[in-house]
This record gives sequence, C-alpha cells and structure tokens, in this order.
Amino acid sequence: MGELSRMWRETDHRYRMVGEKCGNCGKVYFPPRDICPTCHRDSIGKMNNVEMSGNGVVVSFTIVHDAPPAFSRQRPYILAIIKLDDGPTLTGQIVDTTPSEIDIGTRVRSVFRKISEDGHSGVIHYGYKFVKDQ
Amino acid sequence: MRLSNDVFILGTGESKYGELWDRSLREISVEAGLNAIESSGIRTKDLDAIYMGNSLAGMISGQENIGALMSDYAGIADEDVPTLRIEASTASGAAAVHQAFLSIKSGEYDLVMVGGVEKMTELYGTEMIDISSSILDREWEAFFGGTPAAMAALSARKYMKDFGVGKDVLAAISVNDHKNASMNPIAHFSNIISLDQAMNSTPVAEPLNLMDCAPQSDGASCIILASESYMKKEGKEGVKIAGNGISQEYFALHSRDSLYSMKSTVSASRKALDRAGISLDDVSFAEVHDSFSIYGIMALEDMGFAPRGKARDIVLSEIGLNGRIPINPSGGLKAKGFPYGATGVGQFVEAYLQLMGKAGKRQIADPEYALLHSVAGTGSTSIVHIVGGE
Repeated sequence: MGELSRMWRETDHRYRMVGEKCGNCGKVYFPPRDICPTCHRDSIGKMNNVEMSGNGVVVSFTIVHDAPPAFSRQRPYILAIIKLDDGPTLTGQIVDTTPSEIDIGTRVRSVFRKISEDGHSGVIHYGYKFVKDQ
Repeated sequence: MRLSNDVFILGTGESKYGELWDRSLREISVEAGLNAIESSGIRTKDLDAIYMGNSLAGMISGQENIGALMSDYAGIADEDVPTLRIEASTASGAAAVHQAFLSIKSGEYDLVMVGGVEKMTELYGTEMIDISSSILDREWEAFFGGTPAAMAALSARKYMKDFGVGKDVLAAISVNDHKNASMNPIAHFSNIISLDQAMNSTPVAEPLNLMDCAPQSDGASCIILASESYMKKEGKEGVKIAGNGISQEYFALHSRDSLYSMKSTVSASRKALDRAGISLDDVSFAEVHDSFSIYGIMALEDMGFAPRGKARDIVLSEIGLNGRIPINPSGGLKAKGFPYGATGVGQFVEAYLQLMGKAGKRQIADPEYALLHSVAGTGSTSIVHIVGGE
C-alpha cells in the first residue's frame, strides 16, 4: 500500500501532527477533516491548521501478534488508542517499552519514527508513534 | 383485497462455507444462486434484477464487476436482467438485501435475486491481513499497524477493564457458535470447542486470541425476494421481511464516543423493530455480527438483550438453541464462517430455514421473528433486519 502521492500529501499531519480547529465552534480535530461534524456548513473554509502537543493518555491498547507484511518485523507490537491533551483521540503504536509497563491511563508522548517501508528498496514511511512519558 | 406491498423471502441457497481451495469465486456464486432458484421454484430468466454483495474481490481476486460476472455465469447474459454489485465492507450482503428490498417496495420490481460472495483463501501468508484491513480507515488506523483484530481487541480491553469482565464471557460467544455450527452442514467448522480451549488459544491481538476471531472463509449465499403481489399470484409460501434499519457512525474507532458501543447498531436495531411494529421481547432468535467475540457481546448490549456491561448474565446460560434468546443458530461468523460479502445474506438463509421449520438438528422451537444484525468495519455501518410474522 505505498502510492507515493497518497503518503506525501499527509506528511504535515503525520510528521508534525497537524490537525484542524473549527473556526466556528473551536473544536480541535485530529486526524484533520475539512468539515466540522458539529457545525457542518458553518465550518466550511474555517477549518484552520493547528499542531498537536502530542501528549496524551492511553484509552485502550492491544498487543498485535498477527500482523500484515509491512509490520511483520515489528511484531508483537503495541497498538493503542490515545486521547491527546489537545482534545482529539487517535490510533498509534507505543514503542520503547514492554506491555507490562503500559495500562489504560498510562501517560504517553509522541515521537517521530519510521512506520513502515515498501519492501527492501521502496519508500520509507514516517510518522508518529508514542513512548511512555517518564 | 388491497395488498400491503410487503416483501417476502421465497427461497434460499448456499455454497459450503470454508476453505474451498478447488472452487472459484464464480463457481460458488453460481452454486448458491442455482440452489436458491431451485428452492424458490422459479426460473432465472424471470428475475427482474440481481444484487450482489461483495467486499474485497477486487483486492483478493483482482476481479471487480461482480454483478456482470454473476449474471453471465448464471446463464442469463441474454435475458437482460440488470445486476449490480453492492459494497458496504463486511455488511455488503445485508446492504444488498436492503437495496433489493427497496427495489420491490418501490413497486419497480417483483422478483429479485440477492447474492453474496467472498473468496477469502486465494492468498496465503499475512497478505490477507493487509487486505482485510481495508475495511478500516487505511490512512489513520491501518497505516499505523491497525488490523480488524487489533481494533476489536482495543474494544475488548476497554470493555473488560470497565466492567471487570473476564475472557470467559467473550469465549462463551465462540463456544456457542461452534456448538450450533456442528449442526449446520454448510458451516466452516463442525467441531465443538470448550470454554477452556477458547480462552487459551494462540494470541492474535491481546486480549483476543484465535478462538475470539472469525475465520477467513470462502462462501456464497443467495436468497430470492418477491413482492406480495407475486406471492399471491403464484400461490407461493415465504417469510416476510418485517422491518429494517441502516445506520451510520464515525468511520474510525478512535472518533467514536465509546469503544464498546456501536451507535449504528443501537440506532439500526431501534429502526428495524419500530418498522416491524414489535419489541425485542417478540424476537425468537438473533443472528449477530460476531466477527470478533467482543462484537457479539457489544451487539447483545447495543440492541438491548442485556444492559451495558451485563452480557455476562446471558451469554453463559441463555443464548443456546433452547435458551431464552438463542444467538447465532447458524453457527455465526465464528463457526459458520465469515466470507465478508456473503455473511449478511447467509443470515437470511438461516432466518428462512428456521422460520419455515427447515433447520434440521439446529431447529429452534416455533420461532416467530428473527433479528439479523450485520456490521461494516468496526461499526461504521450497521444493518438490522427483522424477518417473520404474519
């Protein structure tokens, strides 16, 4: 799954965690979206870029054993749903730790990491992962 | 006498569900279709239209345009029967039934075939995990390592923690499925499993293990729907589609209010019961979308069979064939099998067989209404049908 333009156009969001803030109601969204689900048409043209702090708390997590080919060398890996202090909730891996160190409620912060690559000679995809906040 | 414009299931047919290495997408589609035609006592060329539910054939088999493939290989390419493929991920089959229902309800058609097919075992290794992850948000879930099992596991972990529930409660769903499937000749699995086996199988995405996860099955299911006027004119017997509801919710799991409630299921089941004019107490049995055991638990709570966090009070004792509310008499997604696009149609086959008293060893005593529940992705769409009644 490695079409170049599809990955490239998300780099701001995945490299710097740029989300969007509704200029009408003020709610912050990550992943970014062009229309606020609360304000509908009143939000059109008023969704402004906003960078996340990347700090948050684990809402739930799993240890993935059966992984797709792009993640086979990382398995088992921890995948989590994380509620950011900035408001939004997102999905990402937790790395540099062991599952026994993680629980629902554990505080984490985002780091910039390699996510996957298109085979041995393909494009490397980067983005955010999370580490335990010491 | 004035007709009420109701829609009836006139007949059904299925292929075997399972790992059908020697059989192709088109072979199993045609087999299910011909079985349904025979069961209905109609002729294929009398069909006004065909709707085909399919989710992933483009990615798995490199084959799109499933509608045309189906009508051609059913031998009716010269008969000018319009055929469309309907896609709503893992709910494609139920979505196809719903479209066919509307086409008859509108007065446009009288006799419509609805098929569902998926050929899931064409690829080996872990490539299928990537392809099945296309039912998720590819850019914001699967890109980071999300898989269908991983997303279900995230729901399971939170549910178990918030309600102090053990893995035995989840496993009970799978045990019940296997028991019922052992009496279903077309089911993927015919073996009975114990609670202990279910709880201690190989981990897939913790806390879920292999026995919490529906298998990758090949399979095709087919039903024939007819208008009330057609039924009267031809003097046919069938089972009524009494009500239905489709509801929508955020695409990605992380966008939802709750990890263990599908709003789409709450809403779709209410709509379906309202339209059928019945209450949950009138439902004789349910086929629920338990692609992962936790989704079976969530469905029971979302539809109101148990209060939130209390499914444990019924799954260990009351969901068997003779229980207060039998769940998945067919064997469910875990054990009848889970060919994505076929599953939703397959639930109608079970409803028809049960309500006509033709379900053999797994027959429920005197059922009146069946509730059929199908889910796309992790809950972005839910489709609920009520079948039965006078």
